[in-house]
Amino acid sequence: MPPASAPLVTARGLARRYGPVHALRGLDLDLHPGDVLLLLGPNGAGKSTLLRSLAGLLRPQAGTVTVAGRTLSGDDPDARRPIGLLSHQSLLYDELTLLENLVLAGRLYDIPDPRARAEELLARQALLERKDDRPRQLSRGMQQRAAIARALVHDPRLLLLDEPFTGLDAVAGDRLRALLREHCTGERAMVVVTHHASEAWDLATRVGILTGGRWAYLEPRPADLGAFHQIYQELARG
Amino acid sequence: MGKGLRHALAIAGKDLRVELRTRTSLLSAAVFAVLVLMVFNFARDPTAVATVDLAPSVLWVTVAFASVLAMNRAFTVERENGAFDGLLLAPVSREMLYVGKYLANLAFVLVVEAITLPLFVLFFNVGLGSALPGLLATLLLATIGFVAVGTLFSAMVVKTRFAELMLPILLLPFMVPPLVFAVKTTVPLFAGRPLSEVVPGLRFLALYDVAFVTLSVLLFSAVVDE
Repeated sequence: MPPASAPLVTARGLARRYGPVHALRGLDLDLHPGDVLLLLGPNGAGKSTLLRSLAGLLRPQAGTVTVAGRTLSGDDPDARRPIGLLSHQSLLYDELTLLENLVLAGRLYDIPDPRARAEELLARQALLERKDDRPRQLSRGMQQRAAIARALVHDPRLLLLDEPFTGLDAVAGDRLRALLREHCTGERAMVVVTHHASEAWDLATRVGILTGGRWAYLEPRPADLGAFHQIYQELARG
Repeated sequence: MGKGLRHALAIAGKDLRVELRTRTSLLSAAVFAVLVLMVFNFARDPTAVATVDLAPSVLWVTVAFASVLAMNRAFTVERENGAFDGLLLAPVSREMLYVGKYLANLAFVLVVEAITLPLFVLFFNVGLGSALPGLLATLLLATIGFVAVGTLFSAMVVKTRFAELMLPILLLPFMVPPLVFAVKTTVPLFAGRPLSEVVPGLRFLALYDVAFVTLSVLLFSAVVDE
């Protein structure tokens, strides 16, 4: 049965080429509040291009992306306000402390009391005692937690995650899953790009497989991960 | 204060804070300026060329290259950890993002000039006296213009493999007009001519500033949006 709510994200006819390579070929996507889309595909399938297009970081050569009713374009900075991005890079400045990084992000998102918000998020990530440390002084897992805090500083309605489990150990991975489960409720939606479906399988409500810049599969999450692996292998082989 | 200006100041403040911690660009630009002034000072033959004839060129060569060094850092700091994506993702207009980076660059280059000028006076024994207001106006007007272009180009080249090399190659041709007029303005100032004689040169520099600051603000979005 189709969801009753209006889509939070609507992408229509997204196309992007890099020279002769078609990264996206007229892709459509609707994401409703509460959706968690697990996005899979072989290398070069267009996953990161789609994610960056949904974030407004990449201008598609054709098509549009609408988030919370506003079309993404460089001319409308407020259209990007509901979007948060957690990538395999932390987006943190190495020469600023964790607190300074988060306060800066808070200022750019017009948070009324950015320092209080930064401290609250660092406390939730068990990093408050390290608030005066710089990112490079932290372990990979801690850096990822700091990056999560930065991504959530404005409480985004759409959270985009590009291989968020890369480099995390099992404990840090579990912690991230718990946090994402807690975050994605009610009015929010998430897209998780990963090479390993098992990493975010329990979080997902839908699963998409991209091959050659097109949807090879876009369905509600199947019950059985093992059976899905077989589908994935067949589709990824083309 | 408007929201856009707050964003621009936050970005400029971040750049200044990062630079104060690393001091890499300021130090290298300042050391470069000192070395150039020393080389010119010891290489010149005061009996062959009068100081007042040589000094304007030396000053502007030093300022130009030291400024390029200082501006090289503008976007390299954004490369670490994909930090620039964080700025592009934020609800900050591209214009205000440019203004923030521009203000920080302007501050860096003015600091480099503030270090260079007294050393220049010391090495070349130039009595500024009544020339000082005109010289400061020339420095400010020339700097406003070429820093605008430098900020734009430094955003353009940051994703290339040889960003540090590409910036001077792209920027120096655009620095030629303001540098020519800056030198032409400085010569009569050092010769003790009245300020009214340099007004046409200052007018040209102001026109250059208006044109290139406006163009750079407008083109920035096309440069940073993939």
